[in-house]
Amino acid sequence: MHALRGRSLPYALLVPAVVVLLAALGYPLVRQAVMSFQEYGLAQQFGRPPEWVGLDNYERLVTDSYLWTVVLRSILFCLVVAVVTMVLGTALAVLMTAIGKPARLTLQIALLLAWAMPHLASLTVWQWLFDAQYGVINWVLTGLGLEQFAGHSWLINPLSFFIVAGVVVTWMSVPFVAFSVYAGLTQVPSDLHEAAEIDGASARQRFWRITVPLIRPVLLIVGLLQIIWDLKVFTQIFVLQDAGGITRETNLIGTYIYRLGIGEGQFGLAAAASWFVLLLTVGLSLFYVRHVVREEEV
Amino acid sequence: MRRRLWSVLAVVLAVLWAFPVYWMINSSLLPYNKIRNPEPTFFPTGETEAYGRVFDGGFFEALRLSAIVTLITVGVALLFAFLAALAVSRFRFRGRRSFVYLVLVIQMIPAEGLFISQYKMLEGWELLNSIAGLSLLYIATVVPFTVWLLRGFVEGVPRELEEAALVDGCTRTQAFFRITLPLLAPGLAAGGVYAFLQAWNEFALALVVMGRPENKTLPVWLRTFTEANRVSDWAGIMAGSVLIAVPVIIFFLLVQRRMTAGLVSGAVKG
Repeated sequence: MHALRGRSLPYALLVPAVVVLLAALGYPLVRQAVMSFQEYGLAQQFGRPPEWVGLDNYERLVTDSYLWTVVLRSILFCLVVAVVTMVLGTALAVLMTAIGKPARLTLQIALLLAWAMPHLASLTVWQWLFDAQYGVINWVLTGLGLEQFAGHSWLINPLSFFIVAGVVVTWMSVPFVAFSVYAGLTQVPSDLHEAAEIDGASARQRFWRITVPLIRPVLLIVGLLQIIWDLKVFTQIFVLQDAGGITRETNLIGTYIYRLGIGEGQFGLAAAASWFVLLLTVGLSLFYVRHVVREEEV
Repeated sequence: MRRRLWSVLAVVLAVLWAFPVYWMINSSLLPYNKIRNPEPTFFPTGETEAYGRVFDGGFFEALRLSAIVTLITVGVALLFAFLAALAVSRFRFRGRRSFVYLVLVIQMIPAEGLFISQYKMLEGWELLNSIAGLSLLYIATVVPFTVWLLRGFVEGVPRELEEAALVDGCTRTQAFFRITLPLLAPGLAAGGVYAFLQAWNEFALALVVMGRPENKTLPVWLRTFTEANRVSDWAGIMAGSVLIAVPVIIFFLLVQRRMTAGLVSGAVKG
């Protein structure tokens, strides 16, 4: 009796977590698969039973050039922002190792503040900073002699819309990169550097030949996380679209699915499109998970 | 000399990075005529009436909803995750590794990849616009990382301690409550704060699931409040942002170190 209890106890402990995950994630996942093979639009919202349409939804999506525009746009945005974030974050981390404690603490506190801000609050502040009439950014640019920025609306043109979105996302994401890379840098033994210095290696050579190879694992994992997170930016784009009033030219995958499903009631199509996001992010995540599992003995 | 130059650069960058946060606080403490002025005012005059306008603008209703959903999420997620973490780190059983794998993969699922069918699911269960529905989704979002986080802490408590307590005549339950649980307090605190931050800040699911205007969590409320007042009242909007951000910043600073370590070695949803 006791042995039996001992053997089933771990499973009993897992039950609550598993039930919640099955209900809130597992079931929708199945539902999403089913719905993506159905005609599930406004008529179904009003009670008509959904109709099986096989691969129709997927076919419509794949042959729709707009979807590909959105996918390409998302990938491009993600890559540019991820690269800029990584470069800036790593540069800040290196800078932290090169300065005294007071300056370093100042920088770290500033980064922590930006990192801690709730996304919605950050987005709201940035809208105010970029405000056409009374925003500080236009004021500074005009003050620098760039007269064309007087009263300039940033969010009504796709390119400058994505510049604003990119600035906001980078501002939010750099702190995490900087802190993680800095933690990696402090693990690099200083005698390696000293030895290389004695052998006549320049600061640049030491950075590329000693530091970078040693912190490569951290860079890889942080970079991967950035790509995963930047691929699925939803909140930032959605809120800025609200503010700027253009959606079609600025949709990324997340907002596209939202507008297709919740906005237009085309749930079948939206469900099919969701698989793009899901498979892309989960596929990328598998690398991450493999790495984590290898690092930590589970 | 060189070092000093770098220090100056670091301080300049710090000012740039913190500026939006400063600007939020500064603008929230300015009167109308300073806000609606092409020449910006860089130091607050200490007007607090913007906060009054926020309180009249539906802030408390949103606060109430956010607080309830957050409390439920933190409590339930922490309990469920703790039980699962115990199972994973204190027992060897078939399927253990797969469960850990699953936990790691699941937490990378983006809200955007699933919110359409989650919406349909809650609609079918008549849980749209309900605290229970939103909490359910949040708990499922938070549980995986919390399991991962707590697993590390439970493993950090040596089994020998518990066994010693058993030898000294404690029952298993007593040993758990007297020895293990107190040692796990920091882990539970970190997990709780993580859950708090997620539930308090989350926007996408709240937007999708809580469609009714009277049913807003704080982030969704801030969005509509901004839309309604963008032309006239940036001071009020900034005051709203400050009110949402301050508790988050405080909690975040408390657990940041632990979470960063967890992020790189574990995983977390951004």
